[in-house]
Amino acid sequence: MKKGFTQSIHNALGNQNLGGILDRWNYPVTRAKAYEGIDFEALRTQIAEIKGSAAGHLNELAEQFKKAAEARGAKVFRANSPQAVKDYILELCLEKGVKKVVKSKSMASEEIHLNKDLAKHGIQADETDLGEWIVQLAHQTPSHMVMPALHLTKEEVSDLFSKETQQPLSNDIQELVKVARKALRGKYFAADLGITGANIAIAETGTLVIVTNEGNARMVTTLPKIHVAIVGLEKLVANYVDAAPILTALPKSATSQLITSYVSMITGPVQNDDGTMKDLHIILMDNKRTEMAKDPEFKEALQCIRCASCLNVCPVYRLVGGHVFGHIYTGGIGTILTAWFNELKTTEDIQGLCIGCGKCKEICPGKIDIPGLILQLRRRLATKQGLPFIQKTALQIINNRRVFHAMLRAASLGQIPFAKEGFIRHLPMFLSNLSEFRSLPTIAPAPFRDLFKKIRQPKCKTKVAFFSGCAIEFVFPKIGVALVKVLNKAGIEVLFPEGQSCCGIPHWGSGAFDMAALAAAHNLKPLMAEDVKYVVVACATCATALKKEWPHILKAEGMENLVPVAEKLASKTVMFTELVDKLIAEKRLTLKDGQKLQSVTYHDSCHAKRHVGIFKEPRAALAGAGFEVKEMIECDTCCGMGGSYTVKQPELSMSMLKRKLDNVEQTGAEFLCAECPGCLIQIGGGLDKRGSKMKAKHPAELMVDRFKDNPDQD
Amino acid sequence: MFEAFKAKAEGAGCQVVRFATRAEALDFILQFMRDEGVADAPGTYAVWADSPLLKGIDTKVLEAKVPGLKFTVTRQLAKDAKIGVTQMEWGIANTGTLAQDSSAVEQRLASALTWVHIALVGTDNLVPDLPALMTKMHPSKNGYIALITGPSRTADIERVLAIGVHGPERLVIVCVDELGRMNP
Ligand code: SF4
Ligand code: SF4
Repeated sequence: MKKGFTQSIHNALGNQNLGGILDRWNYPVTRAKAYEGIDFEALRTQIAEIKGSAAGHLNELAEQFKKAAEARGAKVFRANSPQAVKDYILELCLEKGVKKVVKSKSMASEEIHLNKDLAKHGIQADETDLGEWIVQLAHQTPSHMVMPALHLTKEEVSDLFSKETQQPLSNDIQELVKVARKALRGKYFAADLGITGANIAIAETGTLVIVTNEGNARMVTTLPKIHVAIVGLEKLVANYVDAAPILTALPKSATSQLITSYVSMITGPVQNDDGTMKDLHIILMDNKRTEMAKDPEFKEALQCIRCASCLNVCPVYRLVGGHVFGHIYTGGIGTILTAWFNELKTTEDIQGLCIGCGKCKEICPGKIDIPGLILQLRRRLATKQGLPFIQKTALQIINNRRVFHAMLRAASLGQIPFAKEGFIRHLPMFLSNLSEFRSLPTIAPAPFRDLFKKIRQPKCKTKVAFFSGCAIEFVFPKIGVALVKVLNKAGIEVLFPEGQSCCGIPHWGSGAFDMAALAAAHNLKPLMAEDVKYVVVACATCATALKKEWPHILKAEGMENLVPVAEKLASKTVMFTELVDKLIAEKRLTLKDGQKLQSVTYHDSCHAKRHVGIFKEPRAALAGAGFEVKEMIECDTCCGMGGSYTVKQPELSMSMLKRKLDNVEQTGAEFLCAECPGCLIQIGGGLDKRGSKMKAKHPAELMVDRFKDNPDQD
Repeated sequence: MFEAFKAKAEGAGCQVVRFATRAEALDFILQFMRDEGVADAPGTYAVWADSPLLKGIDTKVLEAKVPGLKFTVTRQLAKDAKIGVTQMEWGIANTGTLAQDSSAVEQRLASALTWVHIALVGTDNLVPDLPALMTKMHPSKNGYIALITGPSRTADIERVLAIGVHGPERLVIVCVDELGRMNP
């Protein structure tokens, strides 16, 4: 990561304005209210189908649109490159003697830096969307796709407006808005040409659909005699009726409104106020979109309707904003779009910002797997450039359990001074030289595999295999021991296949899909060797690998022959609490008499909740084990651990942690519980550093003495 | 349907009134203009774009009744008007939205440039939702379809809501029962 970039993260973290505004908005709640009574899953499935199918026929739809719009009297130009768009507009301006342009919000024009080019030719282009205008006056780029000036305070806006209108102004927002109204009114009337984007372009009818709240697009398309619309090809949909679901979702997702104040559907030229007809030009811009549509993985990104809800819920965006996390197009989706519209390489830094928490994916109305695509970007960059040597070595070592443990242990005791500087920094989760907010975990003297051999288990009919993962094996072997004891109470014997090693998620997260596939392949055999009822995992990250990702990773890396085995394993894999919940329901586990009711707050690890959908079971299991669950605010917001993220983005990770700790402590519960050793390292370390009385525990640890011995052991 | 429409439109910040006859609606609008201080000077005009409500009415008489009320809508007059009256084709109940065929420029000028927009709609012309509207209005017939919900708004500065940024600050919806039956 470049130095300058680290500095910009640091600076952004110092500016709490944007995060504070997003918090006050309380987006998740207002959004939910806007969607009341609507089946969001069905709606987004419909949108994904409409947009997905359009992405599959971009060329045909563009031609159809052109024909339909031309039949109605519009001029339609298909432009492949940003330059072609700019040339067309400049020529038009020259031909018609255009000197002044007003624009309503158009991301496509931002994408090609149109204003700069117009200015170079002496043409003044004024933004009229309030946020865009503010950003223009500040000589900045938008920090949010829907609310471009979200990063600026009213004081800053007041300064900008004072300077522009040459009058002293107060910081009163209502007043500032009126100042803008007055200043921009004059510009609409003086403009020779109006530029807009379009939110939807309907091929069947040649219609542009433009959505605004302020009403500026209505002015821009009414007052100047020439209208140019710049439309990215991804805005195309096949039919008129296809616009309905998009218009239903867009305002709700974007601003928690049922619908925006204005929706304009423009088909062909309409009358100007002097009786002439509008000179309507529509530019259909490609700029890599057809290339993207041909890419089996990234085609999905064309389903985006630019609602920016993925930014509103992103814990990273909330902290650093769109100037750090993104480039014109911001946040997770912005990272993806920028990689295409600009170049893969330009996004090297920002790719590393996504922690993969999945919050955005959950609410995306285009049903786009945003973190999945960011991983794909990393994968492509890693394949293209190769991973840095140290990182690669580190990832290789993980696969050798003995060496790995010896090294970690030595490093944690400070016996390998170079280690901290070298590859240790690239290892997943365990060590980092940052301890301002979090105590470091200690590497246990003996790994779980050694402790396991000493546990005396009853012989039982039901057998399960335990997949420990690195963190339990090396940092928290006691979680593994507790797990064995709890399951023994239910009359289940636990096996520990010795051949297992890292689940491969750290490799996957770094974009080294090939190494992740090797890790998967390496584990399949030992795990499938024994005839067991379940494979149990007690780490949410490993659960993601075993329950979900291995088959995909193996397939992506050309190891199709292993996919059926991986799928079989996936169907057998359960998380510890998932199994306990079941065992309680089956009465194989029953609460011991005389247990004191204790309180616990449960943190949903991103992997458990959003990757494998386990969040009800742990709560039910804890309740069944005699705990009162006190919910915290934002229980499923990322704690900032994210595997190696905490090491690669220490400042961001710590900022996320701080927020989490505040929420955790507010509950006043006795324990913090999470079924993910990574989260426990992060949150537990944070609590410890704060001197909190609260202890972070894995469910297995909390449950270890809670259940009666099972009578039917043989 | 009317009640649902009214609730949603009010939720979006509109004022909604309903009258049985055209005559009653007309009285209300003229009185509204007087109350709002419409007068024959720039900044206080009222512009009224053509509407079935005016069918058979001598607009000259109305202009005499309320000085400053104009029935020719030009760009300059609309700019200097406080109130604009326009016809709406349909209302959408589940969002409190009005749908206008804005192909005629005066409909756009009067509804976009003024401070107060009075929107006329036939009470019978309410549809439940957007897909239903789409069966009524189609781009093949309407070159400029405008859906309008509440006044012009922004939250671009610190996400604080402000009303009336480029378009009207107030939207008054006048539902007229008699008008519904006159609509195409
Ligand atoms: S990626 Fe999804 S959530 Fe993000 S802007 Fe696009 S549609 Fe909205
Ligand atoms: S996965 Fe999480 S961190 Fe990554 S873009 Fe989505 S919300 Fe942000």
